[in-house]
Amino acid sequence: MNDVISESQRPRGLAIFHIDTPLLLGLLALMGFGLVVLYSASGQSQAMMQAQLIRLGLALAVMVVFAQISPLTYKRWGLPVFVLGLLMLIAVLLVGEIGKGAQRWLNLGFVRFQPSELMKLAVPLAIAWFISNHNLPPKLWRLLLGFVMCVIPTLLIAKQPDLGTALLIATSGIMVLFLAGMSWRLIAFIAALVSAFLPVMWFFVMHDYQKRRVLTFLNPETDPLGSGYHIIQSKIAIGSGGLQGKGWLQGTQSQLEFLPERHTDFIFSVLSEEFGLVGVVLLISLYLFIIARCMLIASRAQDNFSKLVAGSLTMTFFVYVFVNIGMVSGLLPVVGVPLPLVSFGGTSMVTLLAAFGILMSIGTHKRILASS
Amino acid sequence: MRRQREAIQDPAAEAQLFKRRALVAFSLVVLLFVIILFNMYHLQVRSYHEYQTRSEGNRIKVVPLAPNRGLIYDRNGILLAENTPVHSLEIIPEQVANLEKTLTELAELIEITPEQQQSFLQDVRRQRRFNSIALKEQLTEQEVAILAVNQHRFPGVTLEARLSRTYPFGDLFTHSIGYIGRINNNDLQRLREQELAANYAASRDIGKIGLERYYEQLLHGTVGYQEVEVNNRGRVIRTLRSDPAISGKDLILSLDVGLQLTAQQALEGLRGAVVALDPRTGAVLAFYSNPGYDPNLFVHGISSANYNALLNSSDRPLINRVTQGVYPPASTIKPHMALVGLEQGTITPSTRMWDPGYYQLPNYSRRFRDWRRWGHGWVNVYSAIIQSCDTFFYDMAVKLGIDTISDSMKQFGFGQRTGIDIHEESAAIMPSRGWKRARFNQPWYTGDTVSLGIGQSYWTTTPLQLATSTAILVNRGESVVPTLLQGTRFQGAFDGVSYQRQQALTVSDPSHWQVILDAMEQTISTQEGTAFRAFRGASYSSGGKTGTAQIVSIAQDAEYDADALDERHRDNAMYVGYAPAVDPTIVVAIVVENTGGGGSTAAPVARQLFDYYFSAGVNQ
Repeated sequence: MNDVISESQRPRGLAIFHIDTPLLLGLLALMGFGLVVLYSASGQSQAMMQAQLIRLGLALAVMVVFAQISPLTYKRWGLPVFVLGLLMLIAVLLVGEIGKGAQRWLNLGFVRFQPSELMKLAVPLAIAWFISNHNLPPKLWRLLLGFVMCVIPTLLIAKQPDLGTALLIATSGIMVLFLAGMSWRLIAFIAALVSAFLPVMWFFVMHDYQKRRVLTFLNPETDPLGSGYHIIQSKIAIGSGGLQGKGWLQGTQSQLEFLPERHTDFIFSVLSEEFGLVGVVLLISLYLFIIARCMLIASRAQDNFSKLVAGSLTMTFFVYVFVNIGMVSGLLPVVGVPLPLVSFGGTSMVTLLAAFGILMSIGTHKRILASS
Repeated sequence: MRRQREAIQDPAAEAQLFKRRALVAFSLVVLLFVIILFNMYHLQVRSYHEYQTRSEGNRIKVVPLAPNRGLIYDRNGILLAENTPVHSLEIIPEQVANLEKTLTELAELIEITPEQQQSFLQDVRRQRRFNSIALKEQLTEQEVAILAVNQHRFPGVTLEARLSRTYPFGDLFTHSIGYIGRINNNDLQRLREQELAANYAASRDIGKIGLERYYEQLLHGTVGYQEVEVNNRGRVIRTLRSDPAISGKDLILSLDVGLQLTAQQALEGLRGAVVALDPRTGAVLAFYSNPGYDPNLFVHGISSANYNALLNSSDRPLINRVTQGVYPPASTIKPHMALVGLEQGTITPSTRMWDPGYYQLPNYSRRFRDWRRWGHGWVNVYSAIIQSCDTFFYDMAVKLGIDTISDSMKQFGFGQRTGIDIHEESAAIMPSRGWKRARFNQPWYTGDTVSLGIGQSYWTTTPLQLATSTAILVNRGESVVPTLLQGTRFQGAFDGVSYQRQQALTVSDPSHWQVILDAMEQTISTQEGTAFRAFRGASYSSGGKTGTAQIVSIAQDAEYDADALDERHRDNAMYVGYAPAVDPTIVVAIVVENTGGGGSTAAPVARQLFDYYFSAGVNQ
């Protein structure tokens, strides 16, 4: 192993610190826009702004730290962390603490901790490690094993119940398998299997409140004062924003609190109401830029592990965005997924930026890796 | 073989495979973003107006504003019904740090009953925390002062003032003005049927009885609206637009406080009714029923103990005796009977008749007794009225017959509502053959007709009917509609009512009116007159007729002995009168229950009224 880097390939600018400048700029722009919206969505709460700023700073620091760690290390630690995470998920179900009706927290004595957040990173790392040890496309039995590695934590988290995170973790695992080149025939087969499995889910797996969410999603107007209220108010907020929006701090749906959870899950509705379609296009452009940049990093990565991890994390980020926007605009059922980097919220923000740290690590460590 | 294939790595092919997959994934990203954007376009551009409207509907609430109720004045501009601020102690729980401590400290300042505290705490639990909740209502002035001084110690505790109806004269005008009370389900249903419910959106009270009810639409005013922006919990954020309420019209009544007080004093301790009106217009000058009750009790909801006391009182204070008290008219209708007799030719002004002290129908043994056992001797129409001879009128009634009496008396308004401007009015009974058949399924007997001549038998009237029928006499056939309202005032502009006079009765010989009026004047001015003593020394001329109504029939040979009779069975004293004798400007009708002779108890009440009327210059 050596650190010889040819003159022509010497990293420029922030790359010295393993920071991908375009990605960083994209993230900062998104965070900035997010803060502007949050100021309005929080009802101009100074305290909330402060908390969010601290959280963003902390998350950015975590990102920088994660960017310094070589992909090789990630590859080495993927499986152990995955196993640890799995044990903790089981522990949560047995002795976990309940918050907001779900059992998600593990009290380690000095800190309360959500193992599901750890799994957001551990699942793609472990599966990518497992798959990339061999030729691509992987064999069927490897795919199946990889699938099992993904399904076990997903089910454990779904049981907490935390449908949103379960969905994200399933995505991260399946995306690894997909990017590794699982055959289209198999994909079609699984799709058929899943649609056959849906009724079973409905009757035996899903909680009542989850079923209600789906029903409400299918026709929110049937229950305008009950669970359909959120969707209806959110659509009113979005629709009444029009092309140019009602103006910053001028959204009546959000300022008068007709919009539920306006600073967390429904912050996109606040943005749509106050900044209109113009603001929506801007936000989606930012997301698209970040995703494009990450996909570029993934495709330029020099080993399969890095490619799979980078691709999977990117697609998971996208699923975050899509599920959140789809939910608040009535395209998808209500699943508790925040709008990444914009919603007010703690743990998930740190995990997200840790993922971007891994992506930056992959983007900036390739020479070192190549020479290893 | 398998191992070998495992060993072979083809980084280029694998990179190619990944690139293809990454491209597929990225295409999916773009596609799904396009779908999101298309959905956004649908929501924000194509359905913009729908959602815009719903958003406005969410945030804008229309709050109705109650109009101020019109005031009520007497003819001299004295306030009879006003809106006075009542203070209540209210607390906004959200703004109070320690509710329990605040309550304890407040209880040290003013009296707060455990019930008040309990119902307050109940409301706190039920209502939103930013709503003001009443702890104690109808504070006394002293309590208001104490709280006002200490208010700085209690953030979130407010003194709220609301306008509430008060009747400063208490029971003096109860039966004319009536009262208002909380709108109940029946009121609400009636308002809905009349499509007036929207106008009452902010109102708490409605006229329940009397003028307050009759002129509800004039008094109430028009509801105003305020458009406010509210948040999701309904809290008002700011006012967007305001359309103020329009106050109701003030009512000016023709009633005179002085005459009312005179009537009240005259009837003190008695049960009875006084009504006075201007025969030229029908304007009611006095309208008093005794005993009354305090209408203020009803405004804030009367307690059941108080209400039961009123309901079960043997004096029946809830009955409006002026319009709902039905009494046999007794001799007060003798002038009316005499006019019909003259008109029908049954008698002439000079017809004489011998009164032995009783009247007997041919072939019947029953004697109809005159009030003077030994009789009045020779009587004509004048002396029959002046001395109130019964026999003369027994005879005339039989000669006229039930059909003529009934038809003629209906022309005087008996048996019909007068149409006064309150709803509580009885038509009383003017009997006829048809009426008796329907009521008792019996034929009319001549014996029934005999006592009709002296206003007994089945005949009943209200004091108001006696007054309006007397007005027809002094107006020589023209009738008026008794009206309490003189006019309305709205934003300073007075609008008087238009009084209507109607020809109720036409006579073949107008001189017959003068005969009757002369006789009524002599009832007062001549020594034999039944009202002579009551009006002796009056500074004005007047006319009138006394009446003494039997409540129970006395057996054939028994003496009427007031002391032996139960008080409720004693005679009612009645009087109808007018003044001055020529071109009268006031007509009165008086009933005093169970006190005996009309000349001795009812006529003096009229004297007091007339005395006040002329000395105070009412209606000049």
